[in-house]
Amino acid sequence: MSIGTTARKFPTNSVGVVEPRTLHFSQPLTLRSGRTLESYDLVIETYGTLNESRTNAVLICHALSGDHHAAGYHDPQNHEEKPGWWECCIGPGKPFDTNHFFVVCLNNLGGCAGSTGPTSINPDSGRPWGSDFPIVTVRDWVHTQARLADELGIYRWAAVIGGSLGGMQVMRWAISYPDRLRHALVIASAPKLSAQNIAFNEVARQSIMSDRDFHAGHYYDYDTFPQKGLMLARMVGHITYLSDTLMRDKFGRDARFGRDLRSGKLSFGFDEDFQVQSYLQYKGETFSKGFDANTYLLMTKALDYFDPSIDYNNDLSQAFKDSKCKFLVISFSSDWRFSPERSREIVETLMKARKEVSYLEITADQGHDAFLLPIPRYMNALQAYMQRVNEEIDNEEEREIGSDVNAS
Amino acid sequence: MRADLTLIQDWIRPGSRVMDLGCGDGSFLAHLKKHKNIKDCGLEIDVDRIQKCIEAGVNVIEQNVDLGLANFEDNSFDTVILAQTLQALQNPQEIVREILRVGRFGILTFPNFAYWRHRFYLLTSGHMPKSRSLPYEWFNTPNLHHCTINDFDELCRSEHIKVLNRTVVDDFNRSSALMHAWPNFFGINAIYHISR
Repeated sequence: MSIGTTARKFPTNSVGVVEPRTLHFSQPLTLRSGRTLESYDLVIETYGTLNESRTNAVLICHALSGDHHAAGYHDPQNHEEKPGWWECCIGPGKPFDTNHFFVVCLNNLGGCAGSTGPTSINPDSGRPWGSDFPIVTVRDWVHTQARLADELGIYRWAAVIGGSLGGMQVMRWAISYPDRLRHALVIASAPKLSAQNIAFNEVARQSIMSDRDFHAGHYYDYDTFPQKGLMLARMVGHITYLSDTLMRDKFGRDARFGRDLRSGKLSFGFDEDFQVQSYLQYKGETFSKGFDANTYLLMTKALDYFDPSIDYNNDLSQAFKDSKCKFLVISFSSDWRFSPERSREIVETLMKARKEVSYLEITADQGHDAFLLPIPRYMNALQAYMQRVNEEIDNEEEREIGSDVNAS
Repeated sequence: MRADLTLIQDWIRPGSRVMDLGCGDGSFLAHLKKHKNIKDCGLEIDVDRIQKCIEAGVNVIEQNVDLGLANFEDNSFDTVILAQTLQALQNPQEIVREILRVGRFGILTFPNFAYWRHRFYLLTSGHMPKSRSLPYEWFNTPNLHHCTINDFDELCRSEHIKVLNRTVVDDFNRSSALMHAWPNFFGINAIYHISR
């Protein structure tokens, strides 16, 4: 057993110890809903170094339950600490190679990891916002991300990247700020949610809101939180993020159904008989302790509302008309929450808009969760794609230096 | 670069939109990009080749040509290329129609089954012909619909397709007077430039 003071050695391809920082924005932000936030904070992490010409920045947009902590570790003394949520993709020599790129990740507005959200104090009431926090949309997030880019002195991102709800932010970037990104990486996403998808979100919301500890979203005032509801919400969500195949494999040797018993016999009661039950409960419970229920509600609503085509007569290709970036769209074969079919819709739309697109359909058993995992083909593709992006930036730089020399 | 490809690049206008069905490792599109500044789009299903395309900076879409091109709009490309693949597709007639729906021009290349050596091979040995352009056994060949130059000409006639240009070459990209005089007998590979 080690005594607490020995610092942990991190893998050489990890960004190591990272420190989040909080940026304050005092310019009022008018939201899609019409409401205005007078000021707000965004907490961010960055990895790698911004080059002099500020051309090597990439933005990572997080999904439903993600935050700004995408890579590295916060506490070198804590040997148990898990790295950021996309450690497999960010670091020296990894797809988003911090030897070349300046990687930026933030906690979106309405989040619960440090950015202004329902747990923050509402300046009007002096109490936490709770359910009074305005509904934020993907468009609002991208608006704040553009302000963040301004603040960091980044005019154009080399790439904006995101999976799932993050992929929706990437598409919104390409629509709202066509000049401000070179590449858009849209992973395991959809042009808008299907009714089935919204239905899952509704079950999640109902389970939170019907928890007696919810208190109409002001549970902070009662020093409690809707743990049961949030746990249920996450359990439903979690089922939809996995595939049937994966669950069979994960939960036992009973090859046909994967329904291994926890103990050798049935309880003939409503206890946990099967392994999948305790797994889901464990997952739900762990999540419910670290995440805010109001943020969960907001995030699911942002997902439901996403549909850039509504401003363009329901023709999404018109929305992308002015986009200048190249697109890489990726889906995973067993993902049924954001299925390959939905990604192919994105591709079809982009082709209709005459954009430059690459599309990969990665064979994987991990369901929607696959986008977070180091699946070899997926990693190789991202690595190769980003290497080209890096070369593109370098070439541009040389050209610019060349033209400077000629000018002088 | 493969022999048939060097010839067809002359038919591609600089700056045009080019789709390559079964684009392989993307080297041809990369070449056209570099020398003709085209807007490229390749379709491919082989995982390793798709990776090669990404490495080459070629736009590649993972899609099985056999399942059609319904996701692409009419006239969304200037030229659609199908090189040495026609005979391996489930429905060649449909894909030829689709090529000229999605593209204004089509460029197709295929091995000519009526090449005299193939005829001779079948006549003398009684076995399915094998050659440099048809290296497979009958039981493992990917080629489902062999055709001859005469056959393809007939398809074009019946579909009211204009043949803008037709070239026949050998495996080394050479042409000869004999091939020009009797393409269906002496031509090994056929190269067509077609439109509606």
